[in-house]
Amino acid sequence: MMSMLAVEVPYWGQSLLRVLGGIVAVLLPAGTIVYVFLFKMMSFMQSRLGPMEAGPYGSLQLVAEVGKWLQKEDIVPERADARIFKMAPIVVLLSTFLLIAVVPFGPDAWFTDFEVGIFYALAVSSLSVLGILMAGWSSANKYSLLGGLRAAGQLIAYELPMVLAVIGVIIQAGTMNLQQIVIAQNSGSMFGFSGLGNPYVITQFVGFVVFMIAIQAELTQAPFDMPIAESELVSGYMTEYSGFRFLIFFIGEFATAGVFSLIASVLFLGGWGVPFAWFGWTDVDSVANWMNIVGPIIMITKMMLVAFIIMWVRFSYPRFREDQLQRFAWKVLIPVSLANIALTSIFKVVM
Amino acid sequence: MFAADLLVAQNIGFAVIALVMIVGALRVVTTSNVVHAALWLVVVLSGAAAQYILLAAEFVAITQVLVYIGAVMVLFLFGTMLTRARIGAERDLNNNYWRLGIPVAGVLFAAMTIAVVSSFGDEQLPDEPRVIGVQEISDQIVGPYLLPFWALSFVLLGAIIGAIVLARKD
Repeated sequence: MMSMLAVEVPYWGQSLLRVLGGIVAVLLPAGTIVYVFLFKMMSFMQSRLGPMEAGPYGSLQLVAEVGKWLQKEDIVPERADARIFKMAPIVVLLSTFLLIAVVPFGPDAWFTDFEVGIFYALAVSSLSVLGILMAGWSSANKYSLLGGLRAAGQLIAYELPMVLAVIGVIIQAGTMNLQQIVIAQNSGSMFGFSGLGNPYVITQFVGFVVFMIAIQAELTQAPFDMPIAESELVSGYMTEYSGFRFLIFFIGEFATAGVFSLIASVLFLGGWGVPFAWFGWTDVDSVANWMNIVGPIIMITKMMLVAFIIMWVRFSYPRFREDQLQRFAWKVLIPVSLANIALTSIFKVVM
Repeated sequence: MFAADLLVAQNIGFAVIALVMIVGALRVVTTSNVVHAALWLVVVLSGAAAQYILLAAEFVAITQVLVYIGAVMVLFLFGTMLTRARIGAERDLNNNYWRLGIPVAGVLFAAMTIAVVSSFGDEQLPDEPRVIGVQEISDQIVGPYLLPFWALSFVLLGAIIGAIVLARKD
């Protein structure tokens, strides 16, 4: 990461820069998604303007909202299990910060070059369930508990198709390292034509669709927002939270949406790279240094594209019923992704 | 000189994590609330994952997180919260057989110590730990260890069928 600056940074300095970069890479997409999609796109889809007062076109609305939440009192219900109640939002946000650690942003701009990167991402993303269950239980509120249990059931059910959809990509790329997956897509070719690389969204289209549906459910965005269904459960496991602990849940929700969009764009859309054939690059060492600057921009663009799809679906469809949701995961998504794995391995061996 | 040999980063890390794990394990059995016990168990299991990382066994560590914390503990918590998890202390958590656990734990510890000492003895980890790649692990699993792998798969298949039989009332 530091080679492009042509200065030697000591190890602790590199680590500090990586931590700061990780915080930016989590919070910046979260804020962007909230403003562009939640405030503006939803309003336009509903024929209204959305926030317009704070800053030009309401762009400072988010600052106002955060300020409002920070001022509010941090209330813990009297009968609640206070320590676990306070810990729960932090566990949820922690899993998001752990998740960003494996996302590569350029040939040298990565946080960790992890051999089993995507496996790690799938493992730590399941930690958020723990935080949600803790929040639901410790609130001492029946609505919260029901919301937490619904969330756990849903997240367990949809984790499976997500993992299975990723396996298709792993088979095709022959690696679990996210950086290597990016390189495999950009240095590949389709039927001898290398002008587009080989983005797996084409060869693994079934996997991409299953993965997008599964992350929609993992993020508990509508139509999979049973756990916080406001017409039935007030707001599920978040019911008792106020002030900055609610803010942490809120940031966690959209930051995870951003990070999952980044991972989806790495797995299926070619990540930070442009097809290597454009500039005559052969492998990652020959990639020009300026990709460390352009790569993050490409990544953010692709992330916005994927997040746009997630939010578009969120604002368009009504909520699933609990039994439909479970049946859809177990009887449709899992068989489809298993068939996808079988087909992919056959092609991998034959071709 | 002796102290200088011991005070390497790995040993300090091991000691800190081991301490956290011991405290966590004791709290699992002494706490008076089912959910707290389960959450302390999460601490112990994540400590085990951290120890695997210290041993440069990344894949095992992540499998530990995915299987034990992400799945087993979530199901634990899910089950207890669905049935009987009250907030606050419960008095009737321990039954009269709790003392039996002490000799069982002692015997298990002895068995594991003997197994580790007899199979590794004085062997030392290499100074430059090498991260074992996933491909090497899979070569081993579908190579020399294929039969145990199949046997384990059949155990899991049996467990799945058993669960379906138990769950189906009709």
